[in-house]
Amino acid sequence: MLDSSMIELSRWQFASTAMYHFLFVPLTLGLSWILVIMESVYVMTGREIYKDMTKFWGKLFGINFALGVTTGLTMEFQFGTNWAYYSHYVGDVFGAPLAIEGLMAFFLESTFIGLFFLGWERLSKRQHLTVTFLTAFGSNLSALWILIANGWMQNPVGSEFSFETMRMEMTSFTELLFNPVAQVKFVHTVAAGYVTAAMFVMGISSWYLLKGRDVAFAKRSFSVAVGFALASILSVILLGDESGYEIGEIQRVKLAAIESEWHTEPAPAAFTIFGIPSNEDEATHNAIKVPWLLGLIATRSLDEEVVGLKDLIAKHEIRIRSGMIAYDALHKLRNGEDTPDIRAVFTQHKADLGYGLLLKRYVDNPAQANEEQIKLAAKDSIPQVAPLFWSFRVMVMCGFWMLLLIALGFYYNAKRTLQEQRWLLWMFLFSIPVPWIGVETGWFVAEFGRQPWAIGEVLPTYIAASSLTAQEIMLSLTGFITFYTILFLIEMFLMFKFSRLGPSSLHTGRYFHERQTNHLGGGAIAATAATQKAQGE
Amino acid sequence: MPLDYEVLKFIWWVLVGVLFIGFAVTDGLDMGVGGLLPFLGKNDLERRVIINTVGPHWDGNQVWLITAGGAIFAAWPLVYATAFSGFYFAMLLALFALFFRPVGFDYRSKIANPIWRSAWDWGLFIGGVVPALVFGIAFGNLLQGVPFHLDEFLRPYYTGSFWGLLNPFALLTGVVSVAMLMLHGALWLQLRTADPIATRAKAWVKPLGLTTIATFALAGIWLTFGIDGFKVVSMPALDAVPNPLTKQVVIDSSGWLVNYRDYPLTLLFPVLGFAGLGFAVSMSIQDRPGLGLILSGLGITGIIMTVGAAMFPFIMPSSTNPNNSLIAWDATSSHLTLTVMFWAAVIFIPIILVYTTWTYYKMWRRVTIEEIQAQDTLAY
Repeated sequence: MLDSSMIELSRWQFASTAMYHFLFVPLTLGLSWILVIMESVYVMTGREIYKDMTKFWGKLFGINFALGVTTGLTMEFQFGTNWAYYSHYVGDVFGAPLAIEGLMAFFLESTFIGLFFLGWERLSKRQHLTVTFLTAFGSNLSALWILIANGWMQNPVGSEFSFETMRMEMTSFTELLFNPVAQVKFVHTVAAGYVTAAMFVMGISSWYLLKGRDVAFAKRSFSVAVGFALASILSVILLGDESGYEIGEIQRVKLAAIESEWHTEPAPAAFTIFGIPSNEDEATHNAIKVPWLLGLIATRSLDEEVVGLKDLIAKHEIRIRSGMIAYDALHKLRNGEDTPDIRAVFTQHKADLGYGLLLKRYVDNPAQANEEQIKLAAKDSIPQVAPLFWSFRVMVMCGFWMLLLIALGFYYNAKRTLQEQRWLLWMFLFSIPVPWIGVETGWFVAEFGRQPWAIGEVLPTYIAASSLTAQEIMLSLTGFITFYTILFLIEMFLMFKFSRLGPSSLHTGRYFHERQTNHLGGGAIAATAATQKAQGE
Repeated sequence: MPLDYEVLKFIWWVLVGVLFIGFAVTDGLDMGVGGLLPFLGKNDLERRVIINTVGPHWDGNQVWLITAGGAIFAAWPLVYATAFSGFYFAMLLALFALFFRPVGFDYRSKIANPIWRSAWDWGLFIGGVVPALVFGIAFGNLLQGVPFHLDEFLRPYYTGSFWGLLNPFALLTGVVSVAMLMLHGALWLQLRTADPIATRAKAWVKPLGLTTIATFALAGIWLTFGIDGFKVVSMPALDAVPNPLTKQVVIDSSGWLVNYRDYPLTLLFPVLGFAGLGFAVSMSIQDRPGLGLILSGLGITGIIMTVGAAMFPFIMPSSTNPNNSLIAWDATSSHLTLTVMFWAAVIFIPIILVYTTWTYYKMWRRVTIEEIQAQDTLAY
């Protein structure tokens, strides 16, 4: 049997490196489009300030992008290094979208990003805009393929287990591609990335406005971002992931856990606003409930039920028992006892094989599990409820907070009195971390909510790991934490430094710091300042 | 057009090779440049010149490696699982070294402090040399067989250690790998920089070329006389459902030479390796580094194909349980997955080549100190 602490450490390593990676991804997804918008305005109008905007926000984009690439490498390596059995068991299906992502999207993004930074002098205006567009398009296309892979982990369609190869095999590429969970996740994830980038641009621009420097630059940046933000936050909320929670068993479990609904309530179910969920007692203490709301949100109807966790566990127990029969038949088939009878038994119970494998945590041969072990496995066929309950609520609060801010920002920006709303600008500045809290808790809900499965109902996380030792992973995890912390500090240092410098970092002579310090050619600079002021008002 | 399973299995063996060659020839350039950076650039401006010759391209080049990894995951899932988890710390070493590259390229010029810049120079050096060394060592170990076995449910178990990977033969193949990529990088710098850097790069070409040729020859002799190969004695039909537990493999002193004996045309691969590298050096001496670069690319291709042809159909032979060896016929994905991936590769690889060529064409010039000074805030 595998060492439980090794599994726990592998999970910590994957979770921490994946969540760290996703600190950088959303900004790339969204800022790349904001750069496309800014540069398009430059190409259409020929106004230099939009070129400067593209270059300056592009600089911050680059600082972020470098770490996105760095930490993305880890993701590529880690399935093989730490989740070897997973890689074998599902590589036939899961590997394909990853490889196609490389060929179709990552090459595009990475080949053109270099020209975005270094090709300003060597490309025509339109060529450079095309390059910027292809970078944005490539990075978003990357996200599509990654979410197709991730959607399959949540809802493994288009595939079937083969006992001869002892793995999941693809049966339909189009089903994999058009997996409804993947579609919903893609829209939700990229839109969240757009919101993140817009909040970033608005937050930093607000600071320039508060300081009264580079006002024309900041106002224009804010204007570009706020329109983009409003459209994006509405997509994030209205086309929320929750619309996907009706699809597939794993999503249903996740929904019940998020709402800590232990018993199936008569429709429409009540929504728990506050409570202290306990897996131990299978109950939510001190719950405050709003009648009807959950049923409406989750099923968008008044007469459909949201199945409660206790009922799900009971259902899973039946499937675990069926999975034991499947495992027994599989064992025989793998050892050459290939008779039509055994095949028939296996085919009949094959869909529950994954549930049988849940017992691997407690017994080497699941076919011989005792009653107590079956009960234990059934009980951990659902995730820990409390962390999901809370992180979901944090995510939703982040979403609504940003909706409020963005709506206000949009309103005052349209009225052209944004600069006078100092309180709002301060709120934008201090809300820069909010989208990150939102996306991280969101991913936590999606992936922690998938537990105990690596692949929903197919492969338990427990057996997906490599055959390594806890010491080995302790060592690698320490390496990652050390390396990543140093990189994070360097990245933040550069981000703060260049955000403070603002467009003066472009050394055009047109912006705040250079106008302050440059005493030569003061006349020309004063003239530029006057033009800027005129443009700004 | 439906393709036969055994044909696709073979095509994927070729395609993974193509991706590796693509990686070595393109990313090898900037890794080699990273390895030469501290020695060829005497001051900050010179080092910026060197970095900016690969500045626009290193990221796209690196995707060859990432796609090769993705392709192995999709086409040979069990190889991806066994190799990456077995070579755990070696893989992480390569990974951690690769970390230095994106941040090194992008962050280095953002701050003018000399300690900061020198630290990233060494970062780029590590990011170039260490992965090249690790991948070379990995191939050296594949040639000797790797201590692993599979259980009834195809879970791989690696029974060797990290230090066991660093055996003399593998270290030798590691040197081949580092030297050949540095040679490639030196030719690139001779072509894309002006004096005095170009002259310095040229001075490195000859020793690097001779080192590559000598170590490659030595590894070949060692392999022929001192290292046992593997041979498949019996196995299911080529188009059978892949199952790496049903064949018989023996360790055989002529195992890695059989293909060269049976298909003498494959001897052209080592010939291409030697000739490519040799002529590359000679072109460099005659101040024709452009031709030299193409020739060293061909030489690298020859070296990789030499290893591939020696081992085919083996991908990852097992030294402790040879019957569990992973080969191109039984470690592959399903027929459908290979078909889908085949079409993806056929459609996208040519497109990638076209736009990659366009980016090189657009950025083609000798990078000079004057140019870096003029574009101080823009350049890397």
